[in-house]
Amino acid sequence: MPAISFQSVSKTYSSPRGPKGSTFLALDQVSLNIEAGEFFGLLGPNGAGKTTMISILAGLTRANAGSVKVLDSDVQTDYADARRKLGIVPQELVFDPFFNVREALRFQSGYFGIRHNDAWIDELLDSLGLTDKANANMRQLSGGMKRRVLVAQALVHKPPVIVLDEPTAGVDVELRQTLWQFIARLNKQGHTVLLTTHYLEEAEALCGRIAMLKAGRVIALDRTSELLKAASGNVLRFKIDGELPPALAQRARITGRIVQFPARDALDIETYLGAVRQAGLLAQDIEVRKADLEDVFLALMGQQHEGGAAAPPAP
Amino acid sequence: MTGWRTLLYKEVLRFWKVSFQTVAAPVLTAVLYLLIFGHVLENHVKVYDRISYTAFLVPGLVMMSVLQNSFANSSSSLIQSKIMGNLVFLLLTPLSHWSWFFAYVGSSVARGLLVGSGVFVVTAWFAPPGVVAPLWILVFAVLGSALLGTLGLIAGLWAEKFDQLAAFQNFVIMPMTFLSGVFYSIHSLPAFWQGVSHLNPFFYMIDGFRFGFFGQSDVSPWLSLTIVGVALAAASTLAVHLLRIGYKIRS
Repeated sequence: MPAISFQSVSKTYSSPRGPKGSTFLALDQVSLNIEAGEFFGLLGPNGAGKTTMISILAGLTRANAGSVKVLDSDVQTDYADARRKLGIVPQELVFDPFFNVREALRFQSGYFGIRHNDAWIDELLDSLGLTDKANANMRQLSGGMKRRVLVAQALVHKPPVIVLDEPTAGVDVELRQTLWQFIARLNKQGHTVLLTTHYLEEAEALCGRIAMLKAGRVIALDRTSELLKAASGNVLRFKIDGELPPALAQRARITGRIVQFPARDALDIETYLGAVRQAGLLAQDIEVRKADLEDVFLALMGQQHEGGAAAPPAP
Repeated sequence: MTGWRTLLYKEVLRFWKVSFQTVAAPVLTAVLYLLIFGHVLENHVKVYDRISYTAFLVPGLVMMSVLQNSFANSSSSLIQSKIMGNLVFLLLTPLSHWSWFFAYVGSSVARGLLVGSGVFVVTAWFAPPGVVAPLWILVFAVLGSALLGTLGLIAGLWAEKFDQLAAFQNFVIMPMTFLSGVFYSIHSLPAFWQGVSHLNPFFYMIDGFRFGFFGQSDVSPWLSLTIVGVALAAASTLAVHLLRIGYKIRS
């Protein structure tokens, strides 16, 4: 029995900006099984459908077609059971300004039918470094602290399946460390974890399996190690002062002065460096490194765009 | 049981934490109405033979406060949670639509009765109206606050912005309360407006409530009870239906 199962799930939104009656296909026949005990990553650019999938799982949105189950409980027909099995950390930094941290956690426990939950609440506060904020009003907390409370709120009922929707967006390094240590511990204890993130190095470090979404479709689904193997292998990385010609820039991953090209072999490397020299630019701090998940991601997203793998320009 | 009781408790605590604004302020408003209208009209208006105008005014003001605060409670709580985004904490729980209904309406009844009691205690000190049938008073207070709490729930689900809610409050709830006979007996109106008043369910709530104080009313309290009961049943059916389909809270 999978922990989370999506079967041919489609979702259409009426599009607010387009002409009246026009629609937007957010999810297109998505099927995906996440097994119990997995640490699973769901990646994709903005608007790929990640949050729609989580919303359908949470019961916040209804799918137009298909079925979604959490440990065999259908999220629509058997919603109470499905929600007891799920702990969801929402993407938005929301809070109830009327209450303090402990009150918020007690209420959340009560909604799930749990009374006298203070022992577990104390453990959650401790694990997330919130003990000294227990009696602080939610309004007084910093963004990072509010994020920790969201995580605690999602876990008050000890759900077997934990869903984190971009939990580290805009969060400082320290909290990321605390959070991931804690979530990894829960995963070791047997909790299934589903994570969506924009930080690909996090997904690479944490997730055993990864699905990549694009325009409402799953375009890649494999073990993280297999996805990395499938990458072109190496990456040529260097710095330049000045702008690359458009033909080259199209194929590069550019971050300020840093330029990176996927490179299969020495010939690729020579070709790229030659093209840079021809453009009258000087490549500095040259290095060749192993491809990471970001390269896989960009290659997959690019493929769908241009209809072909990024290849070096003809010499 | 724990689920909806927690939500009820949280909703009561929510208004109690700001009770200066949610309880004390409406009591002060009602006292101002009593002082000003009572002072200006005491010697000009006589509704029932044995009863001073100021004493006549007390039950109307109490009921008006009950109704307005019950409506304000559920509607403002919902719209705030929707706009702040923290409604998601409830949407993620296994709470059924019945739990939502009883918790939101229950807390509105609690606030309505609390404010009503406050207004009664303070205004009765100026002009004791006497109590003839306490059970009628209680029945109409509870049914009235439940009906307005339910309407507040519907309005809170429907509204997407504070000004939509304010429009509902100012253009529907306020006129219906003010034109229901809080400040006058509808017998003093021309025949046409008497007829119009009979179409207003708020009239029956205030008239039945006032019967409990004076043993006199414009229509029979049993008729009022029936109409208020039917209105409450209809509004509750709609509210529970909207909660079940997740109207404007689940897409």
